[in-house]
Amino acid sequence: METIWFIFVALMIAVYVLLDGFDLGAGAIHLIAARDDRERRKIIRAIGPVWDGNEVWLIAGGGTLFFAFPVLYASSFSGFYLPLIVVLWLLMLRGLSIELRGHIADPMWASFWDAVFFLGSSLLAIFFGAALGNVVRGVPLDADGYFFQPLWTDFDPFSNTPGILDPYTVLIGLLALATLIVHGSNFIALKTDGDLNARSRKISRRFTYATVVLTVLATAFTFWVSPWMLESFNERPYGYVLPLVAIAGLAGMVLFNLRNDDRNAFLSSGAYVIGMLTSTVFGVYPKVLPAVDPANSLTIYNASASRYGMAVGLVWWSIGMVLAVVYFVVIYRLFRGKVNLEDEGY
Amino acid sequence: MEDALVVSRLQFAFTVTYHYLFPMLTMGLALLIFVLKSVYMRGGNELYNKSARFWAKIFAVTFVMGVVTGIPLEFQFGTNWAAFSRFAGDIIAQTLAMEGAFAFFLESAFVGLFLFGEVRFGQRVHWFSSLMVFLGTWASGYFIITTNAWVQHPVGYKMLSNGNIELDNYWAVLLNSWTFAQYAHNMGGAVVCGAFVMAGLGAFYVLGHRHEEYGRLFLKVGITVGVIASLWMLFPSGHFSSDQVAKHQPVSLAAMEGLFQSERQAGIVLVGQPDMENRTIDNPIVVPRALSYLVYQNWNAEVRGLDAFPEKNWPQNIPLLYYSYHVMVGLGTIFIAIMIVAAFLLWRGLLYRARWMLWVLMLALPFPFIANTAGWFTAELGRQPWLAYGLFRTSEGVSPLVSSGSVLFTLIGFAGMYLIMGLLYIVLMVREVAHGPEGEQETLEATEGLTA
Repeated sequence: METIWFIFVALMIAVYVLLDGFDLGAGAIHLIAARDDRERRKIIRAIGPVWDGNEVWLIAGGGTLFFAFPVLYASSFSGFYLPLIVVLWLLMLRGLSIELRGHIADPMWASFWDAVFFLGSSLLAIFFGAALGNVVRGVPLDADGYFFQPLWTDFDPFSNTPGILDPYTVLIGLLALATLIVHGSNFIALKTDGDLNARSRKISRRFTYATVVLTVLATAFTFWVSPWMLESFNERPYGYVLPLVAIAGLAGMVLFNLRNDDRNAFLSSGAYVIGMLTSTVFGVYPKVLPAVDPANSLTIYNASASRYGMAVGLVWWSIGMVLAVVYFVVIYRLFRGKVNLEDEGY
Repeated sequence: MEDALVVSRLQFAFTVTYHYLFPMLTMGLALLIFVLKSVYMRGGNELYNKSARFWAKIFAVTFVMGVVTGIPLEFQFGTNWAAFSRFAGDIIAQTLAMEGAFAFFLESAFVGLFLFGEVRFGQRVHWFSSLMVFLGTWASGYFIITTNAWVQHPVGYKMLSNGNIELDNYWAVLLNSWTFAQYAHNMGGAVVCGAFVMAGLGAFYVLGHRHEEYGRLFLKVGITVGVIASLWMLFPSGHFSSDQVAKHQPVSLAAMEGLFQSERQAGIVLVGQPDMENRTIDNPIVVPRALSYLVYQNWNAEVRGLDAFPEKNWPQNIPLLYYSYHVMVGLGTIFIAIMIVAAFLLWRGLLYRARWMLWVLMLALPFPFIANTAGWFTAELGRQPWLAYGLFRTSEGVSPLVSSGSVLFTLIGFAGMYLIMGLLYIVLMVREVAHGPEGEQETLEATEGLTA
């Protein structure tokens, strides 16, 4: 039962990164890919109908995490207090920038929100990556299962009192940024034509190479910082499928970008995102929050909700997710195709 | 951690109070927009359709503000109230996660469709999505109320040996008696808010001779819905709510009413200032015996005052609780009076020429926001000193390792951020109102986000 919920929560977070990932990436290339107001409006129009729904996966995923693993939720949210609140502020500012930009047709108003959109999106990608890095590296949990991490301490990933930011977590943050830039520019390339399409492809190509390099570095660094990750794979060798998905995705990103096949390039970057995230959580399992002192680690067993609660949840969660998937399929189908600024609502 | 407790409480109070200013309007407007759209679908009167579109714009900006300010609340259970999340997570996270699974996905999908889809997918889809937006926002309200009703009146749990609690009966939590009373009362409050805003703006347009056709329509719909909703707040929903308080939180009832000593034939204090030093009400105006009757339907019944309960279980801020409650009830009474007179004038066909009444309706516009907020203050201050009533004290709930300095930092950040957001919201609202329901052509340019 604990394992089922571990998979469900991991799945929701993966879906969140897959979906919100491309609109975060679109924000991160917003200022470079789009040169004039018209093109920038196209980018925002491409993600306009879906960004809010994509972000709901974070909220619903967070809610499900709280429900299935209340101890993990309490420890991690209070332990990551400052960065989490900063993430909240960035999410708020970014949401406002998307929604408010179009309300006043004035160049200064638009440039201001363009900059907010760009900064918010890029910083969020880095923060999310760094958060994942912190989980993999381990946090200073005490015997009661609490910790509090400052933003930085001694910048040593092997320290007993690590901070949020150290060379390892920053590297993962940069990898996340590069990945989401590729994912986002693939999406924008898919949704647009003309100059904007061409520029998005070019950005995607450059950052695909950056992603390849960063992936190699990050993988090596990960096994150096947390050698125990490898054990999960050796104990359950079928897990090697997941990194293979990531590698296949990475190969597809390079290949389809060179062929100017936007659809398959986007699917490949999606596969890469899913492959990397699932590999990571597979390596962490059955822990949910590794501690610097391994005895204090939170696992699916000591952090989960009651059996009864999880069983009840299985019923409503399944119904809820089927409905959610139906909505998403319908909405994405309704709004499929290239963005056309003339074809508007009201 | 005494300081961190105070600052964390302030931060939650501030962020949740600010947040709820927006949903109380969107939940009310969602119903009203659905009404406008349905009237249009039946009769084909284009005026109703254009009105629905106009209110959809107001709704959209308000909805985004609600979404954006709502996210920090779910996070704060973990960031600031980690000990409480551990204690009660097995129960309150059920309903919070259900809100995500059932309400948020529904809302996000159909709000997008509702705001973008009219031209592309036709009137039937548009009407249907207005219905789904209404259901989604009200479902969201239900799950939040269920969560709050549980901390007001915990049910369906069992104690564990480690001091935490565990879910014992799922349906008991979902069908908590407190939930029904509170949901009925809260959603009524949202409709009152939406109706007063619609009627108030209608009065503004008619008084200023701008968009008068629409102004009259807003007045008609706003007052028709508003008179029903205002009465609903008194009976049955207000009555059920006070029943629940009398039954499950008698000490809060005593504090709300300012009843320091237990009394037979207890009266209701209409006006007066609680004097905590002398345990009495200064300058009271009292309706004799009324409280005994309201609580027990018996003019002679004894009502327990604060002195009947140990002082450690008294709400900590009795004067503020007392004033919140009195502001809520006082405003609610005034709303009923305004709406009944306005409805009478509307029925007799005198309303549009009765400028004094239009002035009253216009100036009344902000007050439902105050009344709803005061109502929530009553519920939340009345729950103190407990976080989960009778089970878990607020002072035990705070995150053990988060320092007061960190919380103060984020509280100041939220304050600055919300100030800017509030100013932006006001600017955008003023523009929409000045722009009016006509002239969609000009806004065709601006349709990038959800809120065009």
